[in-house]
This record gives sequence, structure tokens and C-alpha cells, in this order.
Amino acid sequence: MQQPESPDLSRILTPILARHGSDSTQLLQVLRDVQDACHYIPADAIDQIAAHLGVPRVTVEGVAGFYSFLSTQPVGQYRLLFSDNITDQMLGKDELLQYLCNKLWVEQGRVSEDGLVSMDNTSCTGMCDQGPAALINGWPLTNLDHNRLDLIAELIRSQKPVAEWPPMLFEVADNIRRTDTLLGEPCVPGTAIKQTLARGARETLAEMDKSNLRGRGGAGFKTASKWSFCHAAIAEEEGSVICDIGGRPERFIVCNADEGEPGTFKDRVLLNSYADLVFEGMTLGAHVVGASKGFLYLRGEYRYLLKKLEGVLKRRREAGLLGNDILGHAGFSFDIEIHLGAGAYICGEESALIESLEGKQGRPRNRPPFPVTHGYKGRPTVVDNAETFACSARIAEKGGAWFAAMGTPQSTGTKLLSVSGDVARPGIYEYPFGVTVRQILDDCGAEEPFAVQISGPSGTMVSWKEFDRKIAFEDLPTAGAFMVFKRKRDLFLTARNFAHFFAHESCGFCTPCRVGTQLQKKIMDKIYGGHGTICDMEELKRLGHILKSMSHCGLGSSAANPMLDAMEKFPDVFERKLKALAFEPAFDLDGALETARKITGRDDEWAHL
Amino acid sequence: MSKTLTIDGRSIPFKDGQTIMDAALAADVYIPHLCHNPEFKPHGSCKLCTVKVNGRNVASCTMPAVEGQQVLSDTLELNDERLSLTQMLFVEGNHICPSCEKSGNCQLQAVAYYLGMMSPNYNHFYPQREVDASHPDILLDRNRCIYCELCVRASRDVDGKHVFGLSGRGIETTLIVNSASGLLGDTNLAATDKATRVCPTGALLKKRQGFTVPIGQRIFDHHTIKDVQLGGEHE
Repeated sequence: MQQPESPDLSRILTPILARHGSDSTQLLQVLRDVQDACHYIPADAIDQIAAHLGVPRVTVEGVAGFYSFLSTQPVGQYRLLFSDNITDQMLGKDELLQYLCNKLWVEQGRVSEDGLVSMDNTSCTGMCDQGPAALINGWPLTNLDHNRLDLIAELIRSQKPVAEWPPMLFEVADNIRRTDTLLGEPCVPGTAIKQTLARGARETLAEMDKSNLRGRGGAGFKTASKWSFCHAAIAEEEGSVICDIGGRPERFIVCNADEGEPGTFKDRVLLNSYADLVFEGMTLGAHVVGASKGFLYLRGEYRYLLKKLEGVLKRRREAGLLGNDILGHAGFSFDIEIHLGAGAYICGEESALIESLEGKQGRPRNRPPFPVTHGYKGRPTVVDNAETFACSARIAEKGGAWFAAMGTPQSTGTKLLSVSGDVARPGIYEYPFGVTVRQILDDCGAEEPFAVQISGPSGTMVSWKEFDRKIAFEDLPTAGAFMVFKRKRDLFLTARNFAHFFAHESCGFCTPCRVGTQLQKKIMDKIYGGHGTICDMEELKRLGHILKSMSHCGLGSSAANPMLDAMEKFPDVFERKLKALAFEPAFDLDGALETARKITGRDDEWAHL
Repeated sequence: MSKTLTIDGRSIPFKDGQTIMDAALAADVYIPHLCHNPEFKPHGSCKLCTVKVNGRNVASCTMPAVEGQQVLSDTLELNDERLSLTQMLFVEGNHICPSCEKSGNCQLQAVAYYLGMMSPNYNHFYPQREVDASHPDILLDRNRCIYCELCVRASRDVDGKHVFGLSGRGIETTLIVNSASGLLGDTNLAATDKATRVCPTGALLKKRQGFTVPIGQRIFDHHTIKDVQLGGEHE
């Protein structure tokens, strides 16, 4: 492909490089800015960035190639990425994408001839309660319909800068439908930190322990244990101890706000309207483990929140809640920096997130060692979900016993659920743990519910027979996604959508996931195309076993869940699509002639087999 | 007193800091592997060396050996899973053994022999990958790359050059080289570099060496990969 005339690179690069400094951990942030400015990462920019950060060229090119929002080939001046979650599809996304492609004379996955516009799919953008959604040059568009697309097409044709587009296109509502103790009360900045300082670090950890708070990312590891492991960790570097037990400053607090699990959008709301609660939790966590630096890893899709969050951090610094000697407590220094992701679901895995924070490709590390002892830059690091930090703040305010009294004994407190799909009132619902699926379905106005995908593609699909099961670590653990499917939905399409999602998001590090997720996708497409047999279902089961048992991380080991669940709970949705044959070649002879037919312009009887 | 773990019921001594793989190789126990080479920092990506430790699957090349670990390796189930992974490696690339100069010396092929692979089982992906013949002494054929990153590690850790790296994600992962043109000939790779000798497949080949050893007289024509690697040979 012919590359357009290289823009005056140094004019663009100089301020970006100056802004980010020369630390190689800034690589991803630098590349994001270059992509914004140039609509791709030019080859010359790679050389200059490499020289500036003092890293090899391959490293820069490797990172540029890893993240979906970065590209080494030009994308359109207006880059539209449609959220491709199953909920967006159910709201008519495929037809809308095609409609806009036709209007703007561009093919999906291509850049228009004049370089003005490119259009493609992207993984769930976290707007399932107000879809179909898309991103225009990284900014979220919600509630898309034909009228809005007509307007968008007009804005693009007239080359109006995105910053000047009507604000109503970018409106993102919180849609909080049910609150409990976490969202029910406003957060008065500083309350939890004051309590923590009054109580002392040791006592605060004891309260955390008493609360039995477990990680809200879905895995459910006990937060107090993680914090005490980090506090107790001793980091060594080249033989010398650089971090004593409980000593400062070489410990880190990281907030995982990379909620990429399709169907999950609770962190979006937490960070939009309860950011103080999250930062409060991070700060008191820092006091407990002895950290002086924190990071908020914000998924690229939520960049629209960045300015607001920077504002909250600034306000907190001015109020003495961040910075040196917090609230006058001598020696308690902590500050938070926000890092943006760039379109990679895998970065929600904590060790991949740390790699990404270090400016690298988001590939999960080998474990052990775990991040609590060897995390960011090899130092003890706590990585917790945004909701976990928010809960910590409430626990510091009101005590562990208060928290432990809610929910069930094994799953204390409340849980934020992101409800979407076939419901009358999609949005955020906060419930004490132990709530039944049926209760939630009643409250959100589910329409003839038939199945619910709990915790997204990597979670569990429950059928209508299981609606009395409970949201809890001991029954249905969840990171928050709750996607509802009504009776007439074809659940095969749901499973196929998830198979495509995992194939797209596999980082490619380990064999089983890199190849296995592709094989799954190909088999699902084969069945979808009407060429499936019972053998293909058997192969899916075998692949599922290999993915579960051999994968490097949770992405691979959960990538078969949608297929295995659907085959077990709704076998007829597969069987309806199968050919009655025992064997059917995956290779479609007639289909292979399609290119020849296109070239010759023939479609007569003799041009077919 | 040295510590011990057991592999398939056999007691194996180990020293602190060793992985299960280190302990196994030292005790002449073969665990199939491709991305591991004892000369380099363990990587853990091919997953062929997966073993069962106290009921959980782990990569033996990266898992630290621990006193009393009960390791299962040479089991029907694990060998079956290793076979599937090997088949996956074959179908995701373009491995045409009969026309490959590395045939007979190729570790991927040898592992497939060892695990009794009789067919690829899965449909071939037939990916479009680039061949790079720009370097005067070394041929880079990406069709045969299995992303073990041995060349990446060797160039970085031994040669101190960073000639190789991986870019892309998932199935789009590609081996890239350290030059603006993207060509190997424009890098500072030397024919004597360690990175040129560590490829387990035929992705990196020395030029002008075609069939100096005839088919039938090559390493794995006469020895299993088990014997060769337990003999300390990984190149």
C-alpha cells in the first residue's frame, strides 16, 4: 500500500516526546498520541521514538502491532469502530454498519479511497446499556440509529472536526437503576482516609480482613490477603534488598479499570460518578501496604473519562488527599497516575496489565512469581479492580463487621451488575451478594428471559431452568456482566460472537490459545455456514478441554466456556444447524469458485458446481 | 541434603532455583518441549512441556521445583494433549517437510515423530507469510516460525543486538526484525550470531548449506528427540 506523504514528523513528535519524558514505560502512551496525531504510527516515528526512549526499534514496532487502536498503516482521518458485542448485534449493529458503509462508499475493514474514513468492528466498548455504540477516533458514540448515522455521515463528508460534532452524539448516561450501600450514599472525599489514619495501617488491614472483601474482578481472591502479602514482600534486585518488610517507597497500587469483558460497564459508571470512592480506596490501600505510587489503568475505550478523572486527581491533590504528607500525616506520600490502554482485552489480566503499564505488549507473565511480590518494575504490587477499591473505602469508613453483615458468609457485601440485552431497563444494579438471577430479571423488566450470560463470555451461561441460582462466589461468580436473552434469540449466534471475540483478543503467546481460539472460531463459522456435523461438536469439546487444561492464562482457559455451556445446556441450538451427515468437508468447493466468478463476471449454471 | 520431587513416581533430586524441567533434564527424564533451551531464560509459550503437579497443569520449564512435588508427565492424557498442540503448530503455519532443508534436523518434526503424529487432524490455515532472503548469509522463512522466541532471546541476551522481535497479536503474531525496511539484510545480524543457530524449525537457515547432509543421514533420521535433547543437544 502506498503510504501518504509523511507529515512533518518532528513537529508532531517533539511535543509528544517532551510531554511523556524519556522513560520507556511511557511507550504505549506515546504511541497513543502519535496515532491520534497522524492516524497511524509512521515508520520514521518508530525510529525516532525508539531513539528517544532508548529501546530497540523492534520493541516499539512490537508494541505498535499489538494493540488494536494502534496501526502501522494509515487508517481513515475519521476512524469509526463499531462495538461488536452480541448486545450491539441484537440492537441491529450489523445492518447499521453496512448502512453507513454504503452511505460513505467505504468497505468494512478498509480505508476510503480518499483516506477520509475507515470503518470496522471493535470488541465491546462498554456501552451495552445504550447501544448500538461505536468509537469515532476513540470517542464513544451511543444509541446509534439511522438518523444519527445520517448526521454522522454528513459531518464526516463536510470534514467537521470531531471536537465540533454535536455533544448529544457523545452523551453517555450512567443508568443507575438500583443502589445499595456502595452507590447509595455520596462519597465525601477524605472520610475513608481520615478513618484509616486514625485507625492505623495494621488495624485497617484487620478491618479489611474482618470484612472478608473478595476481588470484584470475578476471581474472588481475598483482598486483605493480597494486601498483606504485598506488605510482607521483600523485593531483591541483583542480590541486594531494595524493599524491606512494610518499607517504602518501592511498592505500587494499581487499579484495574480495563473492563474489557463484553457486557461489563460498571467501572465506567464508578469512574464517572464515584471516582473519589475509587481513589480513596487506592490511597488507603497505599497506606496499608506502604506504597507511594499508584496507577489507574483505564481502558482505551474510556478515554473520554480521562479529563474528568485528571480533574478529580487535581482536586484531591489540592485538598491534601494526594501528594506528600497526606492530610498532614508525616511520611504518608502517595500519588496516582492514569495510564490509558489501547484496545486489548488481555490487559485486564493483572500481569498483562502490569506489562502494559511498563509500556510493553500486554502478554501475561509466567507465575510464580505473583505481582504481590514481583509486579510493576519487579516490585511488590497490588492490582485490584476499581470496584474492590471502592468497597475498601466504604469498609474503612464503616468497618469490617458492617460490610460482612451484607451478602452471604462467603460473599460479603454488594455487587454491581451491568445489565443489558433483552430487558426494559438496562443499566447498573447494585445488590447484596446472594440475590437470585430471577430477582434481577424481575427488577430489570426482562422480556421472556430464556438465558443469561453471567460475567460475560468468560463466565457462565445459565438457562431458564437455573434462574433460582445466586450471584455469589460460591454459586455464580461474576465480574458484573449480566446479558439477558429472550426466548426467540438464537443462542448459537451468541456463542459464535464470543468465539470470534476470544480469537480476536488472544494475545498469541501460548500455542493452545493462539491456535485453539482460531480453530473454535473456524468450526463455529463452519456450523453457521450450514456445513457442520456431529464431528464438529465433538471437536469443539476436545478443543475446550485443551484450552482449559493447557492455556497460559485465564483468557485461554475460559475461551471455550460459551461453546461448552451452549452445547451442554442448549444442545438443540447446535443440532438445528448441523447437517445430518457424519462428515462434511470444511472446504466448500463451490465457494472456492467465487473469486473466479467475480473475475469473469459469470454467475450462470456452468459457473457453479 | 538435596531436595527431591517425583516425576511419574520416580524420585528426582533438585537444587533451589531449578525448575521442574531443569531437574528433569539433569536426571535424564525427557519432557517434550520446543520453546525451551536450557541455555536461555525459560519462556513457557509452546506449552508442550505441560505437566500435572498435584492435580494442576503447569508448564514445567517455568515452574520452580518444590520439595515433595508429585509430577505426572509421561501419561496418556498429557501426551495426547501435547500431540494436539503439535498438530496446532503444524496447521497454523506452512510446514512442508519434504521441501524443507531442515527436515530431519527439525525439532518440530522430531517432536511430532516422538508423539506419534500421523496426521495434522485440524484443517490447515494456509497463512500468507513473508520469506526474507535479503541477508547475505541467513534466510528467514516465516512460514515455519512457531513463535518460540529463541532467536529473540539469543539475539537479545547473548548477541546483545535485538535483531528479532514479535509484533501483532493472536494469530496475527509475526516475527519482525530490527530495521526500518523490515528486512533482515538491513539489520546487524552476523552469520556467527547465536540467534542464527537456535531456531528449532527451518525458519532461520544458513544459506548455501542445502543438503550438505543427505536426507536419511540427519539427526532425527537415527535418533529420537528424547535421546538428542537428553544428550544435551538443543541446537
